[in-house]
Amino acid sequence: MSLGSEEVKKIAHLARIAIDDANIPAYATNLNNILALVEQMNAVDTSSVEPMAHPLNVSQRLREDRVTEPNQRELFQGLAPKTEAGLYLVPKVIE
Amino acid sequence: MIEKTIAELSAGLAAGEFSSRELTDAYLQRIATLDSKLNSFVTVTADAARAQADAADAARRAGNTSRLLGVPFAHKDIFCTAGVRTSCGSKMLDSFVAPYDATVVRKLKEAGLVTLGKTNMDEFAMGSSNETSYYGPVRNPWNLDTVPGGSSGGSAAAVAARLTPGATGTDTGGSIRQPAALVGITGLKPTYGRVSRYGMIAFASSLDQGGPMAQTAEDCALLLGAMAGFDERDSTSLDEPVPDYTAELNQPLKGLRIGLPKEYFGEGLDAGTAACVEAAIAEYKKLGAEVKEISLPNSGLSVPVYYIIAPAEASSNLSRYDGVRFGHRCENPKDLLDLYSRSRGEGFGAEVKRRILIGTYALSAGYYDAYYLKAQKIRRLIAEDFKRAFEEVDVILGPTSPSPAFRIGEKSDDPVSMYLNDIYTIAINLAGLPAMSLPCGFVNGLPVGLQLIGNYFAEGRLLNAAHQYQQVTDWHSRAPAL
Repeated sequence: MSLGSEEVKKIAHLARIAIDDANIPAYATNLNNILALVEQMNAVDTSSVEPMAHPLNVSQRLREDRVTEPNQRELFQGLAPKTEAGLYLVPKVIE
Repeated sequence: MIEKTIAELSAGLAAGEFSSRELTDAYLQRIATLDSKLNSFVTVTADAARAQADAADAARRAGNTSRLLGVPFAHKDIFCTAGVRTSCGSKMLDSFVAPYDATVVRKLKEAGLVTLGKTNMDEFAMGSSNETSYYGPVRNPWNLDTVPGGSSGGSAAAVAARLTPGATGTDTGGSIRQPAALVGITGLKPTYGRVSRYGMIAFASSLDQGGPMAQTAEDCALLLGAMAGFDERDSTSLDEPVPDYTAELNQPLKGLRIGLPKEYFGEGLDAGTAACVEAAIAEYKKLGAEVKEISLPNSGLSVPVYYIIAPAEASSNLSRYDGVRFGHRCENPKDLLDLYSRSRGEGFGAEVKRRILIGTYALSAGYYDAYYLKAQKIRRLIAEDFKRAFEEVDVILGPTSPSPAFRIGEKSDDPVSMYLNDIYTIAINLAGLPAMSLPCGFVNGLPVGLQLIGNYFAEGRLLNAAHQYQQVTDWHSRAPAL
């Protein structure tokens, strides 16, 4: 299947990436070329194959639930674009 | 002194032929003089390097005999370095100063390596030419009009040009091996889970693996020994003992069973590259190895599978860059959606955006089974091909890249043609196996890489096979004139 401009805009919205309208056709072309490459997968019958999520089929390791990290709020918030009183600031969400 | 390998520098430091400070100053001087031609470093940490070198010299006087003590080194700018900008080649992280060290950085620091700086790379490690970096392309020191490969292109070019004796790289689909091949150095991608991913900025978490890049297999053995090991801070780190990789280097290769996958020698392989690989096979026969043809029937599907799995995982991993807690934020956002969308639209380059869009699409409602699940199933078929092959052979050998370095700009407008550069490397990441690239000749003055693939945790065997080859050839000691 082939993606049109409207679909590319929808995907960009889902991904929360602003793309200028002028650039949408170029993205559509590139994405369709990549999807054409990916279509080769359809030639393979995988009905009896289990999906592989981890190369060594290892499951998640569990550990005891205990505090290991010190509080470094000031260090971490020093990296933020905007903070106030220990809080991260974003545009108003609720009117 | 700057021509020496890490093993030679280590011996020279131990014998008191030069101090770490002298060595560090020599490399810093070389970077200052030559890197304007290559653009291989994003950040040079000269003052910190001199202080680390002085500390290493003091530690040596106090009796520390660590083999890596005082040897200069560089980190790909994907590894978090406390107090030093960690950009990942992106505008998004242009002003990000990491608050902590990656486990790999910490371990190599503890081993006594001196950090010269951070190397350039494709943005978020997405690329095979180092052209997607926000800081501009890196140039191949063998021919400044050509690419050094990617994504670890800065590390590769810096080692090749002898601006550092070694560097870290990361390999998600070939990003250590392909640049190592294109600039004529030795690089190793370890078994998935062998080296901690903690503090290594995530691209595709089920594929990403860090590893060493240096002139020789012996140097890679020294570096891997210091990098590898279990880390409770990486949930996919494997709790396997770390052998002394240098201990296996000198074993004779008599009786080593080498498999040649017929799929790696077919259409699409440049004739000059094929001739270099054939000559390497002849060397291995002389060393006593037994060579046989094998088949990896699903390897042709590795590129399509990868371009679903890697972008899908990337789209999830890169959702953390939202302009709120760190990284680029747009000016005057009108609401939260605008803050997210414009911060990401401005902060990411075109290739990163493409991959996030593909991944978002592949994971979106109604398409998951057709793309991501399908890709994971074929991923198993690819891994099983290798499993069968390793019942018959010890090592698999082939080219690293289908051709030598291409010209800057030649493929940058055509993502699919760029992706096909990694046709011989990607399957190894999908299977989670260790593999390395080592220099095996030149075509028109450009280096050619030989790829060796091993079974899980067989890094020692690979390094042994590479080291023995490097005892009877000198491709690895050729350096470009700059």
